[in-house]
Amino acid sequence: MKLSYFPGCTLKNHAKNFEDSALCSLAKLGVEVEELHRWNCCGTVFSLATDDLIHHLAPIRNLIRAKELNSDILMVLCAMCYNTLKRSNERMKNDQESLDIVNDLMYKEEVKYQGDVKILHMLEILRDELKFENIAQNVTKALKDLKVANYYGCYLIRPQEIGFDDPENPTIMEDLTSVLGATPVDFPYKTECCGAYLTVKKPDTVVERTHQILSSAQSMGADVVAVSCPLCAFNLDQRQKATVTKYPEFKHIPILYFTQLLAIALGCPEDSLRFDLHYIDPKPILKEKDLI
Amino acid sequence: MRINISRKTIRDPFVQKVEELSGQNLLACYQCGKCSAGCPAVDDMDILPNQIIRYAQLGLKDELLESRAIWVCASCMTCNVRCPKGINIAEVIEALRQLLLRKRKDHVEIKELTTAEKEDVPPIALISCFRKFTS
Repeated sequence: MKLSYFPGCTLKNHAKNFEDSALCSLAKLGVEVEELHRWNCCGTVFSLATDDLIHHLAPIRNLIRAKELNSDILMVLCAMCYNTLKRSNERMKNDQESLDIVNDLMYKEEVKYQGDVKILHMLEILRDELKFENIAQNVTKALKDLKVANYYGCYLIRPQEIGFDDPENPTIMEDLTSVLGATPVDFPYKTECCGAYLTVKKPDTVVERTHQILSSAQSMGADVVAVSCPLCAFNLDQRQKATVTKYPEFKHIPILYFTQLLAIALGCPEDSLRFDLHYIDPKPILKEKDLI
Repeated sequence: MRINISRKTIRDPFVQKVEELSGQNLLACYQCGKCSAGCPAVDDMDILPNQIIRYAQLGLKDELLESRAIWVCASCMTCNVRCPKGINIAEVIEALRQLLLRKRKDHVEIKELTTAEKEDVPPIALISCFRKFTS
């Protein structure tokens, strides 16, 4: 299986652990991945204003790049990129007038976009294309005794039209976690917003949310929290620094990308996990469980 | 708080503009309050999401555009997926932000961000912040 892949800005720096672990895992599962040539920023957020067509150019231009690779499926890892690309694509598919304007604005592109690229998140590929039961057969190191709280945040599952699971009670990450041999831990804050970009100007808001979300996961017995969004990862991991200052009784908990758990289970080397990028070091708990 | 309602404010072009930018029918709202009940940001809001819709129906332009609430919403879409009337509340709040941003009334001054605010923050946070809070 061969897939075109859109990384997005943060997977090349702060979230290199996300990219490296995902690519290693996909290679182990026999998937060939080709990164788009000359990709650009997706815009990070979908333009919610009806007339704001100019901000659809960035996402749609990336879909033109996919067409240039003769690819009708584009894989995305980052939840925010996934949401932005997919929603923009849906708008273009269902609104010919907007699509014509967007194509006109990009008149220098040789390919005219037709709305025909399918955007898939890696979780969808694992579930629907590769199938969880086949992944189970490739597990070389089951994540035994590891209790994982799966945090979805917003953009994987909302709005309903673009999400690939129930917006109120998604289970795709729990299902994957179980396949890898770990124990998924349910917790009530798994779809609560982490505060996203408010982290720049209102870090206190994010500290409150981090405290609420992680304390809830811990109260259900979680050893680690799994995420799929680099912004959630930053807020839940790095903002623990300020969380402890405000709430001295708060205990740190490591935040991992679901791909890092997958990579460990599939036997990827430790350099693909890039634990050096974490604020809260996941190594002690993983060593304790004999996983690294 | 005392609020004056008049035919004048209800017929203000502001109401139509909000409906146009958001693509939503404001009068569909019957004030069940489900949006506010599930909103993770209400603690920081001066006007709650359901009140934002009511104020918008009534054309209370100044109250809305001067509110803190519209900048506290991070478009997490929880209200949208829960609204029994199918109103996209997040889009209405976006329309209100856009009315200010399009007059160059930025909520974040990039030049004034301190090193501490920028330090270690990933590009995804900075770009989304600028996309939402600047024109």
